[in-house]
Amino acid sequence: MSQMQNFTKGFLKENPILVLVLGTCPTLATTSSALNGMGMGLATTFVLIGSNVVISLMKNVIPDKVRIPAFIVVIATFVTIVDQVMQAYVPSLYETLGIFIPLIVVNCIVLGRAEAYASKNTVWSSFVDGAGMGLGFTGALGVLGAVREILGSGAIAGFKFIEGDGILVFILAPGAFIALGYLIAIVNRINKA
Amino acid sequence: MVLSLTLISLGASAALGFVYEMTKDPIAAALLNKKIEAIKQVVPEFTNNPNDEMFMLPTGEGDSLEVYPAKNGDQVVGYAIKSYTNNGFSGYIGFMVGFTPDGAIYNVNVLEQKETPGLGTKMVPDGTPEKPEFKDQFKGKNPAEYQLKVKKDGGPVDAITAATISSRAFCDGVQRAYNTFEKGGLK
Repeated sequence: MSQMQNFTKGFLKENPILVLVLGTCPTLATTSSALNGMGMGLATTFVLIGSNVVISLMKNVIPDKVRIPAFIVVIATFVTIVDQVMQAYVPSLYETLGIFIPLIVVNCIVLGRAEAYASKNTVWSSFVDGAGMGLGFTGALGVLGAVREILGSGAIAGFKFIEGDGILVFILAPGAFIALGYLIAIVNRINKA
Repeated sequence: MVLSLTLISLGASAALGFVYEMTKDPIAAALLNKKIEAIKQVVPEFTNNPNDEMFMLPTGEGDSLEVYPAKNGDQVVGYAIKSYTNNGFSGYIGFMVGFTPDGAIYNVNVLEQKETPGLGTKMVPDGTPEKPEFKDQFKGKNPAEYQLKVKKDGGPVDAITAATISSRAFCDGVQRAYNTFEKGGLK
């Protein structure tokens, strides 16, 4: 597989949300608007790239028996860094995402890529894999957030284009499931074609 | 095995210590900035530094609230009281409630909330005279004669559509601030 394919596989073919259906907890919770979804996606992308690179560098020193605790320590370190940097420099986004930033630690995508990819591949491939998967995640969250924001509040990226309320259910949790379900269906159709 | 895990943890803690030191001041500055901005929104223009003159007043329910006096020269023009409620749709909501010295509400700022986006979150924005928001109906009202209760509970407050619980919680937070204001003898 070329590096280009390695990079783009996360977008559609192996999209973490829409095909692998990993990490749906933050997906459903933070996509009430397009910007929130993208913010969450970018934070996760940073953690993914960082942990993939470091774990790939250390894959020969980490004993097999304690690899999961070692991975978690590395991932948790990156998450804490993101948490503090966001709190310092983008406090408004930090407040909206709240508890979901620390919860990136237990996001299946991050640990999944560390275990399935970074611990077996070179540093550069792991970097590309992390970036591709992260951007695929960000894209899926951005699209889902945009759909919910357009239908639910009649706005996009905070700019309202209709008066009054949209279809309120899309802002609430059930709307997240409905929108995600349709997105998964569409992407599956594209992948099968 | 033990050694490698120890080394990894050591490396991780060193990195975190470094980031903590680096972000400590910006985080403190961002929090302070947010507080001053919130105070500015809820009281008339002031010249002092309310953060330096902060004092605590008991609510009468066993805890205390922070009070930030706003002064223009020597004259007190208002008090910003940091209040809260635990009755929000998702629990805790933090407020900065501003009163003029006669006890009327000048404005309310929602500091922290986890309400439903698009419903309960409508308590946050300030409206304009043409397009008033939920919060605007409180401005200039004195809780001594203006009952802080939504219409469903027999009060005068127009609740946010489909967010009665959040609206009630808002009233509760403002009421707590007012009780503190009144009992503290600031009036």
